[in-house]
Amino acid sequence: MDSVTKRYPDGTVAVDRLSLEIPDRSITVLVGPSGCGKTTTLRMINRMVEPSEGRILLDGADIQEQPVNTLRRSMGYVIQNAGLFPHRTIVDNIATVPRLLGWGRNKARARAAELMERVGLDASLAKRYPYQLSGGQQQRVGVARALAADPPVLLMDEPFSAVDPVVRKGLQDELLRIQDELGKTVVFVTHDIDEAVKLGTMVAVLRTGGRLAQYAPPAELLSAPADGFVEDFLGADRGIRRLSFFASGGLRLQKSPIVSVDSTAEQIAARVTPGVPYLLVTDPDGRPLGWGEPDELTAGSPDPDRLLPHGRPFEYGSESLRAALDGAVLSPTGWAVAVDGTGRVVGVVSQQAIGEAIRSAHAGGRSAAGTEAGAEAGVAG
Amino acid sequence: MNVLHFVNAFFSDGAHWQGYDGIPTRLAEHIRYSLLALVLAAAIGLPVGLLTGHYGRGGNTLALIATAGRALPSFGLLVLMFILLGFGMVPVMIPLVVLAVPPILVTTYEAVRSVDPSPVDAARGMGMGESRILFHVELPVALPLILGGLRSAAIQIVSTATIAAYVSLGGLGRYIIDGLYQRDYEKVAGGAALVAVLALATLAVFWAVARAAVSPGVRRGG
Ligand SMILES: Nc1ncnc2c1ncn2[C@@H]1O[C@H](COP(=O)(O)OP(=O)(O)O)[C@@H](O)[C@H]1O
Ligand SMILES: [Mg+2]
Repeated sequence: MDSVTKRYPDGTVAVDRLSLEIPDRSITVLVGPSGCGKTTTLRMINRMVEPSEGRILLDGADIQEQPVNTLRRSMGYVIQNAGLFPHRTIVDNIATVPRLLGWGRNKARARAAELMERVGLDASLAKRYPYQLSGGQQQRVGVARALAADPPVLLMDEPFSAVDPVVRKGLQDELLRIQDELGKTVVFVTHDIDEAVKLGTMVAVLRTGGRLAQYAPPAELLSAPADGFVEDFLGADRGIRRLSFFASGGLRLQKSPIVSVDSTAEQIAARVTPGVPYLLVTDPDGRPLGWGEPDELTAGSPDPDRLLPHGRPFEYGSESLRAALDGAVLSPTGWAVAVDGTGRVVGVVSQQAIGEAIRSAHAGGRSAAGTEAGAEAGVAG
Repeated sequence: MNVLHFVNAFFSDGAHWQGYDGIPTRLAEHIRYSLLALVLAAAIGLPVGLLTGHYGRGGNTLALIATAGRALPSFGLLVLMFILLGFGMVPVMIPLVVLAVPPILVTTYEAVRSVDPSPVDAARGMGMGESRILFHVELPVALPLILGGLRSAAIQIVSTATIAAYVSLGGLGRYIIDGLYQRDYEKVAGGAALVAVLALATLAVFWAVARAAVSPGVRRGG
């Protein structure tokens, strides 16, 4: 987008000299307070709104150059309330754009069925009508419909803001998974900064009046907000949230203070570690049960009901420092439990050690822990 | 009781079931006039209502035309047309069409206007042309209301088409007018009963059409 301005007939300047380079095959999020011109910006990309000034180029060509409906059919479009056609079944809703492109009915329906699976919709819903689906399911249909003709570009306007937080998280994870598989160029509008940070490879923060406040990867946004407006918009705990972008793989784990629930007193005594006031008790499979005092544990076989809670274990390596810190803060012992992908304990780590890892991550962080590791950890955390 | 008695007597008389003044002939004539008027009114009201509804313009003008149309007395108009045009189908059709256009036009306009804007926005964003949006999104969603407008127009036409008899045409109005003239109240009551039955049959036809044509996805409440 090259210095694009939109002035509505009533004089409102919704977007003001906006220039953005939107990278291919990644998710770019437009975020900002209500009325700051996000929807207007998005709708200029598929020419639902025509810019007053400036140009929008797609792969180097001005989007004005091709017929408007051809342009729109090459861009998936998802809106807040899904906007499903109430008179069409789910499968026919999804088949809309393929049918517009002249596909036969059966081919279009087969494609629609394939997409239902891709977005996690049960095939039994195919013959239902939209009013028979929950809000979250309707939104999935909306995404499937937008993807049906396999467009290279996907435009999404607050697609998940009308569903409850649990469903929203599911939809966000699903979008990231689909994006991993399909590699679309997604432009995603939201007013929710957490959603922006979670989904965006690049995040454009807009301020009221349609001006660009900052355009940066989310980790950079959190560590170096351009000005007071962006800082306010990010909210109070941006320091904690930024930890999502540091991988936990750098933490040095303690492996000795861990005992299985069926250990003998001698085995337990051998595990007592200097500087660690507790022992982590696991079940025979190696899954965490809780913390116990060494004295009590050696006195008899450990009673799982009397152990101290261990907080939420974090997945070592794939989850972020934020998850590790969260685990440590949640346990009264101040220690976090690291597990592998199958939930078996691989080690424990103290709040203090996490604190040191955070300090060194910050020190080396600005460049190294930026986008690459950040994108990974952001998905998991 | 009296009226029922008249009606009963009218229908029991075998002579009323045959010939050019028999019930089947008059009924067929009445249906023919009504259908013709409905088709003409729909041919005017539907396209104008759909287009104005789609583009969202002309609502005030429509309301004005509708009020004017409703204010015109059908019988007065018939007499005027008869004076201007003489006997024939045209002076009968004009008041019937004038009567039926406003409900069709206004309901169609309102029905299209009231379609949820988000599917329409989605359709446009997916690259549907304007006429496709109108016929494949707005019309099917608005159909229950549009059929409601056609139905009330049809009922009004059926009951008003009796005026055709005043200008020497046929239809069920014949029984009412001739009966009054001949003081044959059996005939009057019988004719009126037939008009009522035909109105009910019209309702039934519209119910069946709605069942067949309206998508189950929008049928609720329609
Ligand atoms: N069709 C329109 N006519 C006039 N003003 C509009 C129109 N659409 C949006 N606006 C105004 O433009 C500004 C930006 O709107 P919008 O892009 O919808 O913001 P956002 O999506 O960020 O909430 C707002 O002040 C809004 O009132
Ligand atoms: Mg908006």
